[in-house]
Amino acid sequence: MLRAAMTAAAQLIQPPPALELRGLTKRFDRPVVDALDLSLASGEFYALLGPNGAGKTTTLRMIAGLTRPDAGAISIYGVDALADPVAAKQIIAWVSDEPMLYDKLTPLEYLEFIGGLWGVAPPICERAGRNLLTSLGLAPHWHERCEGFSKGMRQKVTLAGALVHEPRLIILDEPLTGLDAVSARHVKGLLRARVDAGCTVIMTTHILEVAERMADRIGVIAAGRLVAEGTLEELRQRSGEGGGSLEDMFVAMLASEPAAA
Amino acid sequence: MASDSVLWFARHELRLALRESLAMLKAGRSGRSGRRGGLIVGLLLFTALMHLMAYGVVGRSDLAQAAPTKATLIVITASLALGWMLMLSQAIESVTRVFYTRADLDLIRSSPFALKTILSVRIAAVALMITAMALLIAVPFVDVLMLLGGPRWLTAYAMMAAIGISATAVAVAVTVALFRLCGPRRTRLVAQILSAIVGAGFVIALQVAAVISEGTLSRFVLLTSDSVAAITPEAGSLWWWPARAILGDSPALLALLAFSLVLLGATMALLSPRFGDNLTEALGRTIVVSAASRARPFRLGSPSRALRRKELLLLARDPWLVSQTLMQLMYLIPPGVMLWKTFDGGGDSALLLVPVLVMAAGQLAGGVAWLSISGEDAPDLIATAPLPPQRAIRAKIEVVLIVIGAATVPLLLPLAAMSPGAGLVGSVYVAVAAISSTAVQLWFRAQARRSQFRRRHVSSRVAIFAEAFSSIGWAATSALTLYAPLLAVIVGAMTLGVLALAWAISPQRT
Repeated sequence: MLRAAMTAAAQLIQPPPALELRGLTKRFDRPVVDALDLSLASGEFYALLGPNGAGKTTTLRMIAGLTRPDAGAISIYGVDALADPVAAKQIIAWVSDEPMLYDKLTPLEYLEFIGGLWGVAPPICERAGRNLLTSLGLAPHWHERCEGFSKGMRQKVTLAGALVHEPRLIILDEPLTGLDAVSARHVKGLLRARVDAGCTVIMTTHILEVAERMADRIGVIAAGRLVAEGTLEELRQRSGEGGGSLEDMFVAMLASEPAAA
Repeated sequence: MASDSVLWFARHELRLALRESLAMLKAGRSGRSGRRGGLIVGLLLFTALMHLMAYGVVGRSDLAQAAPTKATLIVITASLALGWMLMLSQAIESVTRVFYTRADLDLIRSSPFALKTILSVRIAAVALMITAMALLIAVPFVDVLMLLGGPRWLTAYAMMAAIGISATAVAVAVTVALFRLCGPRRTRLVAQILSAIVGAGFVIALQVAAVISEGTLSRFVLLTSDSVAAITPEAGSLWWWPARAILGDSPALLALLAFSLVLLGATMALLSPRFGDNLTEALGRTIVVSAASRARPFRLGSPSRALRRKELLLLARDPWLVSQTLMQLMYLIPPGVMLWKTFDGGGDSALLLVPVLVMAAGQLAGGVAWLSISGEDAPDLIATAPLPPQRAIRAKIEVVLIVIGAATVPLLLPLAAMSPGAGLVGSVYVAVAAISSTAVQLWFRAQARRSQFRRRHVSSRVAIFAEAFSSIGWAATSALTLYAPLLAVIVGAMTLGVLALAWAISPQRT
């Protein structure tokens, strides 16, 4: 009783975690995500690494409300995402490697549409949208339909769409796929600025260098379970290779994990 | 390019074309042997049915036996012209598709083959496919005529080749001309619209002429009338060569075949280089929206309103919808002219417009519903937006009804003014047909790219049939409500039965 009261008091003082997964489970023909626990503090940049088929995308899709888990709980800034998906979606943004665009809309029209969906006041949405497009180098293409855009441009428009409604949790699945070095730098800069402003980011990536340079914490997932987690330094110490790159550690870690094979 | 590699490329082209048409037939399933058996049985049944239908059309007429009288020549020439226009419509569609939408264009352009030769081969392949299509349509009719009138009708098959080849040649010329006139981006849209108009235009023009001159919707009455016989040229004229060729006049047939081949050859030689230039131009062009929408500030609205606005904007920019709506409206012209002609004679012909309008509403609603419900290009975006899924679907259904309302109200209002009863019945059944088609699309929804619209029937043939039956059923019910209410109840119940059956086997229910 006393303990419960103390926990409640502690929660009042301490804000709830930005994202909390408890026993998250999803099976398709085999368990894809297997009783996964994860906790992200507010303002944290978290990278989820793992081999193909490890369950990274399924995990993110469950957080975004696109896939219903078989078991477990998802809490986003204290909102139970399974009980009240609309409230949870209000504060999150989802970006997948497949740009979610309409060929026949211009970037500005697209952002206006997203502003409408998330209920952002039009003048605020317009100002934010123009700023985002400018910082992503898309200002010359404001009034062009997206159908003629390159993969990288499309991905940037999608990203602008994700950021225009000021989400508190940004979920990114391979956001840098198809981007050139300059564009990737734009995107990384934008994300970093968001995190510095208190936003929380969880992303999957195949580019280990990105995780190494951008993430506050890295989680390694294999066969639907978290096999390692920590800052880059902690992971280094754990794998016992003081000076190795993340790639070396990653390969070593997965090799020592029988479930991943 | 050596001649053997031309042949090799031609084989590649034909294989692609054949697979595309097979995929249409097989509804996207893989060709396992069990399915193949079913497909063959289905095709045989279809062929038998087509022959029966052809017998119904030409069996009783005196086309088969009689020596060509002028009336026979007129009817045959008109049928050939209709066939040729249909093939031209198909050819324009094929040429634009093959040249602008096949994804291998960049691969081919980057290969060391001469672009001009490749384009010529492509044009030839289109001509072959169009000829095959003409044959496919003509076979039942020619078979029946041969059965009744003897082997002289065999030449009709060669005539089909002449039709396919010349239609393709003209289609290429039209497409190149469109490119010059409308620019690279618009060509596809304009070609689509043109193809629809050409396909339906001839029939509709004949009907309008029939209404105006004879006061009937029957084209046959017009063609066999004395007034037409009086204005058409003498029996020896060049105009009758196609008809003569089909009736077994070998010199005429050979001349027409040769003319078609020369025409196609000339198009290849003269216009394939143009196509090459056009394609180079078309790449990397972007569309800039009009200045009016540039200056507009972001608008206020609820999530549902944002969704509706987006759907309407996308529909307005949809080439298919524009051409389809135009075609549906064109089919309304003859009954409209009829209505106008008999305006003071009595309101009875107002009733004619009702079923046509109901049918058009049902068909249009099916297409629009597919575009907005299944053809959502960013389903994940809508799924992660903070609004319940039911509200998103509701907004999309509202869009379908808005579009149908906007398309039919301008026609329903004058109808109601002339005949309030017909106006009321028309409005009710237009709404019922639109809602039914939308419901079918909802039950059978399967997420697909919007650009896949042309192949939407591949995903579910049941849905297409249900949609067609419900549109026809409600059109019939609306007409019967005005003429024979008791029968209307029966046909209405049958239509509901079809819809219930579709719902029972739909994937959304299971």
